[in-house]
Amino acid sequence: MPLADPTTAGDTTGEDRRALVSLRHVRKSYGAFEVIKGISLDVDRGEVACIIGPSGSGKSTLIRCINGLSPIQAGSITVDGQEVNDPKLDKLRLRRKVGIVFQQYNLFPHRTALENVMMAPLKVLREPRAQVEERARRLIAKVRLTGKEGAYPGQLSGGQQQRVAIARSLAMRPEVMLFDEVTAALDPETVKEVLFTIRELAAEGMTCILVTHEMGFAREVANHVYFTDGGVIVEDGPPDRIFRNATDPRTRQFLSQIL
Amino acid sequence: MILFLVTYFLPVEVRLPGGWRVPVPDWSKATLAFALPVMGNISEILRGAVRSIPSGQWESAEGLAFTRGQILRYVVLPQCVRRCIPPWMNWYALLTLSTPMASIFGVHEAVANAQASMEAAGARPELLLPFYLFLLCLFFVYIYPIAVWTRVLERRYAVG
Repeated sequence: MPLADPTTAGDTTGEDRRALVSLRHVRKSYGAFEVIKGISLDVDRGEVACIIGPSGSGKSTLIRCINGLSPIQAGSITVDGQEVNDPKLDKLRLRRKVGIVFQQYNLFPHRTALENVMMAPLKVLREPRAQVEERARRLIAKVRLTGKEGAYPGQLSGGQQQRVAIARSLAMRPEVMLFDEVTAALDPETVKEVLFTIRELAAEGMTCILVTHEMGFAREVANHVYFTDGGVIVEDGPPDRIFRNATDPRTRQFLSQIL
Repeated sequence: MILFLVTYFLPVEVRLPGGWRVPVPDWSKATLAFALPVMGNISEILRGAVRSIPSGQWESAEGLAFTRGQILRYVVLPQCVRRCIPPWMNWYALLTLSTPMASIFGVHEAVANAQASMEAAGARPELLLPFYLFLLCLFFVYIYPIAVWTRVLERRYAVG
């Protein structure tokens, strides 16, 4: 899709054009069970969006839909002008733009930390090894794991593995990073390390979409917070407003239980 | 069972158009008969190993823009090899142990040969022990290195 061509910008999409990630009336169901019942949201370049809400409200599913890991039944998702739901979509091109980090790290256990980070740029982008290695070492330093390059995932703590996973994703130089409850499987000590890394990324202007249960973190780092429940966005707005005076009773109830 | 099936169902020779007659040697039948069940088991082991790799591995690799082929080659299969080696090697040893059954085809393998030579020597009972001890040594020399090699491979892939 020609992005820079101003003639393609119709009057109705004029506002959406600058959004890097844009969801319109997205619906997704597993069999008869509808998980997402019409969600629309926009995330601009450099913005940090947090999705909060009770378990089972479709947050993780939503994030998986954005990089095409699970198909949607209705609506549209565009990333940088590319329609994710298009069957002709070049999924690999999309996924180079969208990095994703999971709750369970999912590092490749048979490769060292450094090899984990280098693998995708080497095999997918086919970049020269020297260049990839230099970048990988820089990324590992960035997530504060210098000295652990040669360690296998099994030898690293959960927090360390998760930071390697973030570095691995960053090695593809994505334009937007998706974080799917990345701290949910970690103990409180190591949560801090991982949040520190994400905070740094956000400060550098990386577009981030986070699903999180860390309310304090969401409040601090997000530009926009979405509260989802039962497959819809119940309420959204700047974090200060959502956390201080939410208008919807469901949001209030959820927050009062958590804060 | 398969040994018998193959023995009787496969032709002794194949007639090609033009009057050519190609005999089907017994050893090739034996090879085929032994290979069939082992092939099935070996591939079943591999299938099980591929399925035992957590789906998160596929997902995260897909998220990194790997194609399915690349995921298999660089992520899934390398992890499978380690899980497959012990059962594969078991099958290899079992296969070796079952080779005496090749005599069904009239293939002269070690055990049949030993029996034949014992008979040729007049079937004296005092020869029984040395002959079979010799056979034992033969099998041991063949199988033991496999066991050692298995351990080496397991150690090499035992990371993570």
